[in-house]
Amino acid sequence: MGGRRIPWFLILPVLLLGVWHLAVEQRWVTEGIIPAPAQVLESWRRWIFGAPTKSLSPYSGTWVANVLYSGRRVLEGFALAALVAIPLGIFVGWNRLVARLVDPSIQLLRPVPITAWLPFAIAVFGIYDASALFLIGLGSFYPIVVNTSHGVRDTNLLLLRAARMLGAGERTVLLKVVLPSALPSIFTGLRLGVGVAWTAVIVAEMIAVKSGLGYVLWDAYYVGRMDICVATMFSVGLLGFVSDQIILRASQVVLRWRTLERHA
Amino acid sequence: MPEPARRPATAPVAELRGVFKEFSGRSGRLVALEGIDLRIEPKEFAAVLGPSGCGKSTLLNMVAGFDRPTRGEVLFRGQPVSRPDPRRSVVFQEAALFPWFNVLDNITFGPKTCGVAAADYGPRVEALLEQVGLRGFERHYPAELSGGMKQRVGIARVLVMEPELLLMDEPFGSLDAQTRSVMQELLLSVWERHHQAVLFITHDVEEALLLADTVCVMTARPGRIKKRLSVDLPRPRPLEATTSPRFNELKREVLGLIREESLRAASDEPR
Repeated sequence: MGGRRIPWFLILPVLLLGVWHLAVEQRWVTEGIIPAPAQVLESWRRWIFGAPTKSLSPYSGTWVANVLYSGRRVLEGFALAALVAIPLGIFVGWNRLVARLVDPSIQLLRPVPITAWLPFAIAVFGIYDASALFLIGLGSFYPIVVNTSHGVRDTNLLLLRAARMLGAGERTVLLKVVLPSALPSIFTGLRLGVGVAWTAVIVAEMIAVKSGLGYVLWDAYYVGRMDICVATMFSVGLLGFVSDQIILRASQVVLRWRTLERHA
Repeated sequence: MPEPARRPATAPVAELRGVFKEFSGRSGRLVALEGIDLRIEPKEFAAVLGPSGCGKSTLLNMVAGFDRPTRGEVLFRGQPVSRPDPRRSVVFQEAALFPWFNVLDNITFGPKTCGVAAADYGPRVEALLEQVGLRGFERHYPAELSGGMKQRVGIARVLVMEPELLLMDEPFGSLDAQTRSVMQELLLSVWERHHQAVLFITHDVEEALLLADTVCVMTARPGRIKKRLSVDLPRPRPLEATTSPRFNELKREVLGLIREESLRAASDEPR
């Protein structure tokens, strides 16, 4: 009861920051390689709010632009994946013939890591946005399609019978029963998918395109700006968290009937 | 036994002729139903009474069109049953409401799906909400309702379709005793008003005798109809009917049949 007033979630991060700070200050780590938390914060601040200059500090003031580059790629790739994966997942889960036709190929291709697709993507799409979109779309496609088809397959038989005895045809059953029943799984797939999308965008930008947070990360590493590298890691973490929260909140609005069920 | 040659003027709503149902399981073939002959006349409230696993739900599923017989015929209005149809709608044991629709949307699912105009079903829905006691709960979601309330919705969404045959698969089986008798009373009052034919599956002797015009007592696996009894208790039947001498006489007869059956089953049991 009293535990509610203590911000428990802050304890571990503060502790980790403290250890990090101490490790740099006490020279437990090699000097000049790992920046102190305060230094990262300062670099991050200048990266966001600093005036853009070309000469001395190439990162100053470029954060928003790079976040927008990466964010747009994630959004486009993820939307593309969802647009293909949700309908396909529904058909795979619903129709045994479609499942037999498509499912084995999906399961065979799924274990191929996104990183392994990189050379292929560059060879086919070149060092352009298309490469990044391909990798992001492919990466988030799998969790969405797999979860969607599982959700569809798990539809309660009794609800299908109920709909049919009330006169529902195949179309109505799919739209009014199967789809809402699979929505919780679909949202799980979307949340996993957006996580993969952020992984894929960083990988793609590190190698296949020349802008965005992944590009900054790799570039900063090359010129020895570990402070920027760490600030990029925090940025990606934050963006991933925010996009997950957006999907979570959307699911809570759409699945209001389900939150009622849990409280019952 | 009804002779096909001397068919009564009114055709039965539903008819099962020599129905067998077998399932192939791990331990070979399982005969669920054996030689079922059953007629349900218009306005008849027919109960099928039997122990669990006697195939009585399978029987209902075949009339509903969810399942097909291995042999024999299931007819509705003289036509073979091939698929589910709102004219033969089902009240399930678990109310099987759509959890993402509120009470009103659950009840209007059928008419909307079948393209009935809102002006047509609107007054029917209003009347039903009143009859089954759901007034004020229209915007509630199934998760917010008790078992009894859910089953009221289950009954209303089926009655709004004005079915010719109401199929009820142990609809009150998972309710507590008090709620169950409230629901039995409710069903009787609603049925007195609509008077459609009913096929009611139950394992509760008192429930069958209180509600039905005829009770078919089934045997344990393989399921056969052991005896068909007429329940000649006057209607409308209040709950107090269960204490009348005639009720007890009928109950004694049914219990005797069931006891006979369980003794036979016990002696047949190989293990």
